[in-house]
Amino acid sequence: MARQDLTPEEKARGGRNIALALGLIAFVLIVFVTTIVRLGANVFDRAPI
Amino acid sequence: MTGLAAQPAEIRPAAPARWQDYFQLLKPRVMSLVVFTGLTGLVCADRPIHPFLGAVAILCIAVGAGASAALNMWFDADIDAKMRRTRGRPVPSGKVQGADALALGITLSLFSVGLMGMAVNWLAAFLLAFTILFYALVYTMWLKRSTPQNIVIGGLAGALPPAIGWAAAAGTAPLNAWLMVLIIFMWTPAHFWALSLYTSEDYGNAGVPMMPVVKGAKSTRQQILAYSLLFVPIAIAPAFTGLGGTAYLAVACGGGLVFLVLALRLLRSHAGEQLIDVRTDDGLYGVKADARDARNLFAFSIVYLFSLFAALLAEHALGLGAL
Repeated sequence: MARQDLTPEEKARGGRNIALALGLIAFVLIVFVTTIVRLGANVFDRAPI
Repeated sequence: MTGLAAQPAEIRPAAPARWQDYFQLLKPRVMSLVVFTGLTGLVCADRPIHPFLGAVAILCIAVGAGASAALNMWFDADIDAKMRRTRGRPVPSGKVQGADALALGITLSLFSVGLMGMAVNWLAAFLLAFTILFYALVYTMWLKRSTPQNIVIGGLAGALPPAIGWAAAAGTAPLNAWLMVLIIFMWTPAHFWALSLYTSEDYGNAGVPMMPVVKGAKSTRQQILAYSLLFVPIAIAPAFTGLGGTAYLAVACGGGLVFLVLALRLLRSHAGEQLIDVRTDDGLYGVKADARDARNLFAFSIVYLFSLFAALLAEHALGLGAL
């Protein structure tokens, strides 16, 4: 539930902070999954020993 | 241009900037067309790419396009403030500081190019970097304010996403990828000049040398027809290069005929000759009677380009063969 005692500036800043946090989390997840996908493909491409 | 820190006197923060204001800096409507053409290039490459990496490639194209738009809005805040169509944008309306728009543009450029290179391949990353730099430096900072050929040459930036998508999937960019680029490149002059015929008062006020302002409405209508005559055969060409199939040929020929008829009707009209503002308050498509031929070509050009790429996308996604 939104707090009633926040000024418009504080509400706007809160919204920007949440958007930035979500963007950073998305970026971390993208890099993590990309690493798994590319690593997995290269492991499978290796010739058998 | 807007300074890094100082804002022009008339631009003052009206209200605290919300995250939605920053999102508007990325021109989401333009971004959607770029994503669509980039996705079409990626699918038309007919090379297997991991779905997640394909999605990352499209995300990078979208973010790169958004970064270009933010850099454009930072640099063009002074002329955006003078034009009815653009004065509500976040920087001229005072919602976002120019320096913040610049920072967002640079940050997203680095993120999109770096991620494209590391996750997909460096050819796609190079093409994406070239697109961003061409739009920001060559079009926005140089051509737009110096020549009526601004959107002809600058249109290359908006045309490149299919080649980026193709390169992302295949690691190469063969001639058919560049044919898709050429289609958008040759489409751009007729599309933008039709729009500028009924927004020329805006461009004149802002000192932007768009074709109707510099050469007049009649010359612009003639050049629109000339570019249309060059564009339609190029739009049909993929049907004969192994890129498009029967459905594409039908769409390209049928739509091309309508495109030429609308360009011819525009030539015979008096669109752009009135000095008064011919627009109503209904966005880009609300105009008074004299400008309807320009508005019709502008609106149909979007439908036609979308149809061409939708036909290519559908044919390749469904595995339908070329002619």
